[in-house]
Order: sequence, then C-alpha cells, then structure tokens
Amino acid sequence: MNSLAVAALLLVLLGLAYQSGWSRSRALATVGGPKVHSRPQYHGSYVAIWTMMPALVVLLLWAWLGGELTHNHITAQIPADTLQALDQTALNAAINRIRAIASGFGVAGEVAPYEQAAGESLRSFQMLTGTGVLLVAALCGGAALLYARGRITARLRARNAVERVVNIALLLCSAVAILTTLGIVASLLTEALRFFTFINPLDFFFGTVWAPNNAPTAGNYGRYGLLPLLAGTLMITAIAMLVAVPVGLMAAIYLSQYAPRRLRAVAKPMIEILAGIPTIVFGFFALVTVGPFLRDFGRLVGLNINATSALTAGIVMGIMIIPFVSSLSDDILNQVPRTLRDGAYGLGATQSETIRNVLLPAALPGIVGAFLLAVSRAVGETMIVVLAAGNAPVLRGNPFEPVATITVSIVNQLTGDTDFSGPQSLVGFALGLTLFVITLGLNIFALYIVRRFREQYE
Amino acid sequence: MDMLAGKVKLTQQSVNSAMNPTDALARPIRLEARDVTVHYGAKQALFGISIDIPDRAVTSFIGPSGCGKSTFLRCINRMNDTIEGARVGGSIKLDGEDIYDPSLDVVELRARIGMVFQKPNPFPKSIYENVAYGPRIHGLARSKSDLDEIVVSSLRKAGLFEEVKDRLSEPGTGLSGGQQQRLCIARAIAVGPEVILMDEPCSALDPIATAIIEELIDELRENYTIVIVTHSMQQAARVSQKTAFFHLGKLIEEGVTEDIFTNPVHKQTQDYIMGRIG
Ligand SMILES: Nc1ncnc2c1ncn2[C@@H]1O[C@H](COP(=O)(O)OP(=O)(O)O)[C@@H](O)[C@H]1O
Ligand SMILES: [Mg+2]
Repeated sequence: MNSLAVAALLLVLLGLAYQSGWSRSRALATVGGPKVHSRPQYHGSYVAIWTMMPALVVLLLWAWLGGELTHNHITAQIPADTLQALDQTALNAAINRIRAIASGFGVAGEVAPYEQAAGESLRSFQMLTGTGVLLVAALCGGAALLYARGRITARLRARNAVERVVNIALLLCSAVAILTTLGIVASLLTEALRFFTFINPLDFFFGTVWAPNNAPTAGNYGRYGLLPLLAGTLMITAIAMLVAVPVGLMAAIYLSQYAPRRLRAVAKPMIEILAGIPTIVFGFFALVTVGPFLRDFGRLVGLNINATSALTAGIVMGIMIIPFVSSLSDDILNQVPRTLRDGAYGLGATQSETIRNVLLPAALPGIVGAFLLAVSRAVGETMIVVLAAGNAPVLRGNPFEPVATITVSIVNQLTGDTDFSGPQSLVGFALGLTLFVITLGLNIFALYIVRRFREQYE
Repeated sequence: MDMLAGKVKLTQQSVNSAMNPTDALARPIRLEARDVTVHYGAKQALFGISIDIPDRAVTSFIGPSGCGKSTFLRCINRMNDTIEGARVGGSIKLDGEDIYDPSLDVVELRARIGMVFQKPNPFPKSIYENVAYGPRIHGLARSKSDLDEIVVSSLRKAGLFEEVKDRLSEPGTGLSGGQQQRLCIARAIAVGPEVILMDEPCSALDPIATAIIEELIDELRENYTIVIVTHSMQQAARVSQKTAFFHLGKLIEEGVTEDIFTNPVHKQTQDYIMGRIG
C-alpha cells in the first residue's frame, strides 16, 4: 500500500477533525450563551483523537494481517504442479519475482506466463485491497469524527478527556522503558538458567578456578568459578575508589566552598569534560601511558609491577570516575542549607572547621550515596579493564599482577565464534546476571540513602 | 518555682524599663558604627549608617523587608565576609576598636559577637554537641567536666535545660522550633560572647514560643548587649530599649524605643508605624 497515500489520508483526517471540533466549539461560545467548559483547541484535539483512533486501528490491522493475505494470494496464483516442485527457497524467489513484476520494475531473465499472470493479478489485488483499506480507514475515521463532533456540548469536558489521552500516551512510553528492562532481565534469567543446566550453580558461585573449555565436549565443559573474576572486579573497583573518592570529594569541596565564582565557572565544565571522554580512550591511555609508567616506577623502587595490572586499570578507572564523584558531591554539598554554615561561622569557626565539622557530617549520607553509585559504575566498567588489566583470571591478591573481571570475561566468552548451545557462551548470561544483581543492589541502596538525605533538608 | 521567680523578676524589669526609658541611652556605648555602607556587587544595600549601640540593653532594628536590617546586622560580626561580592565601607568599633582592622582576627571577633539566625539552624548533632561545639573550637574548656559545666549553664541561661536535661544526647534537630531556637541561643552563649545579634529570631515560631524567647531576651540583657532585627513592631516595643528604623538602606530614625513608637519625628517612621509602608 502506498505509504504516501496513508500519510495523506491521516493528515487530511487530522486536519478535518481538528478544524471541525474547533469550529463547532467556537460556535458554542456565543455571547450570553452557556459557559463552555473547554477552549476550542481542546475540542479540536478531542475530535482529532476520536477520529484518528479507529483509522489507525484499521491501518494497523492491515499492517498486521495484510502481509499474510498478500502472501496467500500470490501462492494461490501459482499453478499447483509448479508449486509442488518448488522448495522453500525457490518459492520465496518466485514470490519475489511476482512482486517485482506487479510493481512494474520488471525482473531479470525470462518471465514465465504464470508469473506474468500472477503479477497482474497481484497488482489488481494490491490496488483493490489498498484502496479498500484506505476507504475503510477513512470511513471509520469519518464516522468517529461525526460521532465525536456530535458529542461536543458546552458541558463536554474535552480538556479533561485530552488530559487522559496525554496521560495514557505518556504511560505507554514509560511502559516501553520498563518492559525493555523486564525483557532484558527475563532473557538474562532464562539464559543463565540454561547455563546452570550445564554447570552446577555452586561450582559457579563458589568455584575458585576459571578455565572454560571453549570447545566443549559432553562432560568436559571446563571450569567456571566466579571467584577469581569477582576478586579481580572488587580489587580494581577498590583501587578506583581509592583514587576517585578523595580526589573527587576534595575537588567538590574546593569548587563549592573555596573557589571564587569565576574560577568555578571555568573549572566545573572542565571537570565535566573528563566525564565525556569515551572509556576506550581511557583504556589506551592506561595501556600506553600509565601501565608502562607504573612498571618503570616499580622497577625504580624495587617493585615488580606489571604494565597491565589491577593497579593500572584501577588508577585509570579512578581518574575516569573523578568527575562523577565530584559533580555528585558538589550537588550534595550545595544542598546543605546555607543557614547551617552560617551557624558555624557565627560561632567563630574557620572555613575548614565549618567544612569538617558541619558541612561534611551533614552531607555524609549523600556522599555515601554518591560513593555507592560510583562503585556500581566501576563494577560495570569494561573497556579500561579489557585493555589494561591483563586478563588473567587467577585468584590472587596482588594488585601489581594482571587480573580479569566479570565484564572482561563476558567480552571474552561472547566475542568471536559463538554458539549459544554450550556453557562457554551461556556463561556470559550468568556473569551478566551476577553483575546486574550487584549493581542493582548498589543503586537501590544508594538511592535510598540519597533520598533519606534529601528529606532531611526539605 | 524557678519559672515563677523568673517571671516576677521579669515583670519588675519591664516595669523598670517602662518607667525609665532614657536609662538605655545613659548606658556606655558598646558598638559605634560610622558611615557604614554595603555593596552587593554593583548594588548598594546600605547608605552611610551611623548608630551607637548601648551596653547591656536591647537595641532593635525595624523597617520594611529588604531595607537592609540583616545586612547591617551582618556587618557587626563581619558575616558579610562570607558572602561573595559583598563589600563593606565605613567603620564599626567594638569598645573603641575597629572590627574591620586588617590585624583583627575575625574568628575571635565572632566569638565575642554571637549570632542567632532567622531560621533555627541547629547542627545535625546531639543537643550536647550543638552547645559544646563553640567552646570546643575556641578551646574554652580544659576538661570534660569544664565542658559539661559550660553546656549546662548555657542551656540554663537559654531557659532550655529543664526541657532537655534527660536527652542531651538526642539530635538537636528533633526539638520543636522554639526549642531549636533556644538551643541556638545556648550555642551562641556557650562561647561567652559580649554581644548577641539576633536576626528575626521569632519569625519562624508560633506565638507561645515567641513569647518564651522574648522573655529570654529580656533576661539576657542583664549580661549581654543585644541587637535584634524584627519585623514585628510590637516585638520591638516589648523587648527593646532602643529602636532604629531603616528604610531603603538608610537609617531614618533612632532613639529610645518609647519615643520612636509614641512620638516619631520623621514622616517615614510615622507611616511605617501606622502601617502605611511595609
Ligand atoms: N547575599 C546578597 N546578595 C545580593 N543582594 C543581597 C544579598 N543579601 C541581601 N541583598 C539585598 O540587600 C538588600 C537588603 O537586604 P536585607 O539586609 O536582607 O534586608 P532585610 O533584612 O531588611 O529584609 C535587599 O535589597 C536585598 O535584595
Ligand atoms: Mg532580613
């Protein structure tokens, strides 16, 4: 069906409906007449909504069923014996040829007589159904238009009705987001459950060896112990936090309490630019600059530091998270009421005393919330770790050695040739689910704390 | 019994001040402001304010909102220093010593001139810690028992001790508004100030809490020089001995409270008191 015609039909209907509702409403508002509940725009929108609904339903129904009907029509045109001879691929090819003939673009090669006949028949079928559907849509729309127009009276609460429709539309949009989340979680869950048909959950959650067999044979899947990955993740996260929290918090304190307004106007955006750098760039910054520097520095002081190690990845990830921590903390510090600071100054407290004794304790819950959000960021971070942590899924406590994290292992298991029938790929979902549960828990806890903090000052 | 005795004493005082209104002006001058101006950025908020604040009496600042009462109050303990873009000109002397002298220690000044704010602003700490905070940072207590004593006596002076003595370790933010404001007064007193500045201390309180604070102010003036900003003329008439009327950043009229209210010289003061501006 011609989409231009559909668009034209809908636009015409929309315009007509709005205009007719509007003018009807204007006619109601006579001097000395009854007080009209809604303004003309609302009556216009009211009729427009009533008109569009049935027309759209008809069109959607056709979009849903039309393909099937057309397909059946085409196969019905192919002679029975020819049809018998065609396998699925050949049938599809034939159908495409017939469609092409019908559209008038022509086809390569000789056109069989049955194809020609089927093409022509299809064309008239399409003409017929297309016009029919448009007609039906227009009729339904028109009928609804008349009905809605007839309902317009001075007392009709069109404004409220439009409000309801807007409400529903917004609800549908947020439902999309929620349903997507649910869908993702459901797929994570089912695939993870499939993984657990291969591997005992206890072996997964408490196993200390990560050695997947990427070409598994029945009974020999390799070992999928989560602990080395979890340890690597936590170690890198801890290092990142050790870097990000002090620096980010101090920066926030400086910016919100000490920096003159002009400096703040420049410095805040600068720090936020740091947040805009793609993580892959941080990744090769870690790989090319920080890693070798740490290795050489280690040699200098007699430490054996690997260029790719938990330390490298952790430090760079910490740098990446600084703006996150600092802008969250900055917001929180600014939310502490000025009167509280004045109270301390009024007693003769110095600026740093005020910050230490009054501002920070008051802001602490909020800062803890920011900290937890930053942790969940760090736990889920991938690119830096892929490049700079060395990918060594071994359970050990030395931050100078390479490690692997949950995210990196997901990348490893799901890139390249994957076939989702064995544990070697399905483990990605189990790992993803674990990660999801960790970050979800952190986020919920953090939001809870931050909200409690907000309430305290409202 | 205590309360009753306080009441009796209080009525006597009020009678005293009512009988001898000029007493306040006979007192020695504690604070001396000359030609004080304040700019917030490019905007001038105060224009050449000159006033003397008498020792151990209550001086009230009245005037329509936005006329600069708070701004002038904040000049007296240099709280305007903490506002970005605020510039203060002229001179203010405390006991003859210029408080804007660069060699003067602001922190020490604010210990001598305490402040109570419009909205009760106890720290999110325990009642005890709220009061102990000032003495702690100024090193006023040599031992824990010293500190206990300061806390208790400050709470007593603020008329709050009896109400909170069993819950000193509970958060100060859990008290009622009036109690919070008295906690803030106790907190200011604990540092041992000579002057206490109060910026509309009752504007966030109900009438009963307000009456309690007003009584308290009347008691406190025995030992402290008090400056109070208020938008309530009745309050100014009730608690203060000296009143200054501000309008559009200027000091229009000042004098013995009774004179200002019964016999204002300037037309603007009359209009304000009659409720024609504000
Ligand atoms: N922090 C500030 N920044 C800029 N202007 C201010 C500030 N504080 C007060 N002002 C201005 O100074 C004037 C006097 O304010 P204020 O002293 O608060 O008046 P009052 O306490 O008498 O109501 C007002 O016009 C006000 O807008
Ligand atoms: Mg004010």
